[in-house]
Amino acid sequence: MAVAQVLNSEWTKIKSVRSTVWTLTMAFVFTVGLGFLISLLSKDQFSKMNARELQFIDPTLTSFAGTGLGQLAMIVFGVLVVGNEYSTGMIRTSLAAVPRRGAFLFSKIGIATLLAFAVALVTSFVTFFVGQAALGRFKASIGDPGVLRAVFGGALYMTLIAVFAMGVATILRSPMLSLGILMPIFFLIAPILGGVEATRKIAQYLPDQAGTKVMQVVTPENDVAPYGPWGGFGIMVAWAALAVLCGWLVLKNRDA
Amino acid sequence: MIEVAGLSKRYGQKLAVDDLTFQVRPGIVTGFLGPNGAGKSTTMRMMLDLDRPTAGAVRIDGKRYTDLKDPLTYVGALLDAKALHGGRSAYNHLLCLAQSNGIPASRVGEVLDTVGLTAVAKKRSKGFSLGMGQRLGIAGALLGDPQILMFDEPVNGLDPEGIHWIRNLMKSLAAQGRTVFVSSHLMSEMALTADHLVVIGQGRLLADTSMADFIRTNSRSYVRLRSPQQERLRDVLHQAGITVVTAGNGTLEVDGVASEQLGELAAQHQLVLHELSPQQASLEEAFMQLTAGSVEYHAHSEPASGQGWGSTGGEN
Ligand SMILES: Nc1ncnc2c1ncn2[C@@H]1O[C@H](COP(=O)(O)OP(=O)(O)OP(=O)(O)O)[C@@H](O)[C@H]1O
Ligand SMILES: [Mg+2]
Repeated sequence: MAVAQVLNSEWTKIKSVRSTVWTLTMAFVFTVGLGFLISLLSKDQFSKMNARELQFIDPTLTSFAGTGLGQLAMIVFGVLVVGNEYSTGMIRTSLAAVPRRGAFLFSKIGIATLLAFAVALVTSFVTFFVGQAALGRFKASIGDPGVLRAVFGGALYMTLIAVFAMGVATILRSPMLSLGILMPIFFLIAPILGGVEATRKIAQYLPDQAGTKVMQVVTPENDVAPYGPWGGFGIMVAWAALAVLCGWLVLKNRDA
Repeated sequence: MIEVAGLSKRYGQKLAVDDLTFQVRPGIVTGFLGPNGAGKSTTMRMMLDLDRPTAGAVRIDGKRYTDLKDPLTYVGALLDAKALHGGRSAYNHLLCLAQSNGIPASRVGEVLDTVGLTAVAKKRSKGFSLGMGQRLGIAGALLGDPQILMFDEPVNGLDPEGIHWIRNLMKSLAAQGRTVFVSSHLMSEMALTADHLVVIGQGRLLADTSMADFIRTNSRSYVRLRSPQQERLRDVLHQAGITVVTAGNGTLEVDGVASEQLGELAAQHQLVLHELSPQQASLEEAFMQLTAGSVEYHAHSEPASGQGWGSTGGEN
């Protein structure tokens, strides 16, 4: 069985269900929309700042403020792509057609990742330009040092969030359980741990806290992170790889 | 050809399949029979390598299922008609299966036509009736034009027309020389379709026999007699050298003697008969007899001595 056949099949699968369209659309709308609103509000705030404070504003990162919400849609996308196989029972039909489970899983995740990346890339650039337009005279330019990296990194970040979610859904084999665990982690636990001084040292190694570093252009005044943009991104890659690896081991060894 | 050798499956404490060995041959319909929980579905899942055997192995034309190149072109299976994404259209569901096995997309239209779902091909399968879902599952099994077909209780919940259709389909597939393996817990259903029977109970093989042999051995015909003068009747029959069995509620049963002869005998001795009726033991009864010792979920527990029926099964 050629891998190309399985990729082809997974592409048909992913584009023939509605959840793909609405989750990815929501990821785009949330990221761009919220980024635009927050950029508008930040413009007022920036105009009240003194010169010293203005050193530390990061217009690029500001325009990506909607990522926090947009990533939840990406999580739902990742969870549903894999989890729906289990919740519908399709997994048994799929594995009867493709009994080599590694080929099945990596084709599925591969196709979903490519699609997520394509959407995330468009989302990222639109988010940046819309946000900068809203920031008016405080805006950054795509040619400024580190900006292109941050915008591109924003797309990679969104993509890896989806990959991480796919890995978790493969481990847990249930979309409800996966969302029930991922949503609180990204929406509650990570922000809370990251917000408290005592726990920030641990929280900075969580996938989202480490991963968002890649969208930073200006290092904040009191930055304590022991890693740079790509270092933080590397931590996130490790998380996603770990989740997918564990998912693969579960799929390989358990009865379908 | 499917070969099952020493196959066992344990779920925790529960031994669902216990050292099964049998073969499913081409050109005939093989019925896979057993009461609820006997291990039929589990065995079929292991045939497709969905569940891993605790011991033993299954070979499809001598190969492991996982090693088949484009397995849908070797084995088509309908294990659970609901095992699909309801949000996907019937066409797309079959298309993704076809693509994964290098089957041309044109084949999707053909099988939809075969099962009569062409009109709803673009509809999401979520809204399908039980029968339509079953037909879609069968379309999936036929997709790769496989030589081996496997159906797990395909007629469950179908209307008479649907049952009729599936029965004929299985027979015609076997007539084309294919291997057809179909599970059921209804003996009467199997009597109409299967040429060969594999019977299991509590995961163990109880019988592996041709349908003809099973019927010959089990469709016992006898005559039931009821008389207010039961004792005398019994004596009369006894003197005539006829073996009588006393059944429940005052009836006698006689094997292998025509009812005419019994009636005349009674008349000669001026015995009153309230009943003189030829009977045919149903295959269903024979099946229940066979599996009685291994039925897990009794409605009322009255375990008869199972295994009583001498078969070719057990240890091949
Ligand atoms: N995944 C599982 N985990 C635990 N036990 C299981 C599992 N699958 C099946 N069993 C048990 O194994 C036994 C055999 O089940 P199986 O579904 O194979 O029976 P069956 O012959 O198909 O029955 P039915 O006629 O009701 O469909 C049952 O006791 C069942 O409870
Ligand atoms: Mg079953």
